[in-house]
Amino acid sequence: MQSAMTKKEIIKELKVTAIENGTVIDHIPSHSVHQVIRILNLTDYGDQLLIGINLESRKMGKKGIIKVSNKYFKPEEINKIALVALSATLIVIRNFDVTEKKQVSVPDQVEKIVKCFNPNCITNHEEMPTRFTVMDKKELKLRCRYCEKITARDNIVFL
Amino acid sequence: MKHKSLISINDFSREEHIRILDLAEAFERQPTQRILEDFVVATLFFEPSTRTRLSFESAASRLGAQLIGFSEPASTSLQKGESLRDTIRTISNYSDIIIMRHPREGSARFASEVASVPVINAGDGANQHPTQTLLDLYSIRKTQGTLDNLSIAFVGDLKYGRTVHSLVMAFCNYNTTFHLISPPDLKLPSSVKIHIKEKSLAYFQYTEMTEVIPKADIIYMTRIQKERFSDPLDYERVRNSYVLRESMLEPAKPTLRILHPLPRVNEIAIDVDENPKAYYFTQALNGVFVRQALLASILGVVE
Repeated sequence: MQSAMTKKEIIKELKVTAIENGTVIDHIPSHSVHQVIRILNLTDYGDQLLIGINLESRKMGKKGIIKVSNKYFKPEEINKIALVALSATLIVIRNFDVTEKKQVSVPDQVEKIVKCFNPNCITNHEEMPTRFTVMDKKELKLRCRYCEKITARDNIVFL
Repeated sequence: MKHKSLISINDFSREEHIRILDLAEAFERQPTQRILEDFVVATLFFEPSTRTRLSFESAASRLGAQLIGFSEPASTSLQKGESLRDTIRTISNYSDIIIMRHPREGSARFASEVASVPVINAGDGANQHPTQTLLDLYSIRKTQGTLDNLSIAFVGDLKYGRTVHSLVMAFCNYNTTFHLISPPDLKLPSSVKIHIKEKSLAYFQYTEMTEVIPKADIIYMTRIQKERFSDPLDYERVRNSYVLRESMLEPAKPTLRILHPLPRVNEIAIDVDENPKAYYFTQALNGVFVRQALLASILGVVE
């Protein structure tokens, strides 16, 4: 009983630990948390960064959460993570208040962050950004603007 | 179409395809017209393709254009490690239009983004070869009088043949019935079949061609390449079962015509050549008229 209470308290603590200013990314699939950190370039982040993995969630069973102090993301930056964490919620905090809350969404175009899986595609041989049109947001099928091949969820590698 | 690049067959609408075919007819009636004397055409062949290059150069020459370019990468700065971006930017300064062939998929689209002049894709790896598709459409319209409601049989390597993929996609706009004949391992990929399904068109798959011959308006033959097979025995088994012989054409419709993007190896027996249904050499000639039409309309000398 005692230990369950403590656990609950810890979870509660984690959920509500207020950051004064910054961004909370909630409802990340636990296994994608590390990828999200990499995609958002937070590996060497200099300010406070709170990371929770396998936290209890009513919605998801288990979830991950990342709280980034003193950092706000542009929509095109944050939507990149939709490729690995479609369920994620973005919460913007200013002066301890939630000023914005929204779902991330798979963008129509994916630029610069995904590698084309076709080894003979020009993007893998020339210094140039990759560009994909998202053909299927649910199944994550990305069609390369250049070689016209489909890079699917299982083949996605981030640059 | 003035100043518009042609990279993928889907870059041009059905109406634009028809416009090019109509223009090509005019060039067939009068192939030599010195309407491009003021233009420089660059043919950049980063991999050799003598047939395609000569067809483009013939088209440009008959219209009086000046030609610059190279026919293999050994003679270019590519050997020195220059990027495609720099090569294309530089040659944009020297020419009014760029025709390029490159072994990498997507290279032509990239070139069209960095070039200051229009680009015509003459083949980018296994991806697209739109002028081949247009000359196939031209040949089919010319022999059948229409592109609508035809039964077209594709035979051979339907998995890797990019000419087949582009032509199937183009014909999805014309209420076509598709007959697909290939070894089981070389069937039309689902990424192409999806276009047929989207338009709810009829398609039938076979491993033998005999029963299809009486039904077809067009038989489009392709070469089965040895390097597509991991087991040489598998190749030996199929190479002789997808050969069209004169004797097989007896039950065919009188209006049937046989097409092949060339080069052929053994998939069409020599005895077919003299049959009036053989059209593949004329098909290659039609390529010149279609390329004349493209050059003239993209350079803006015809409407």
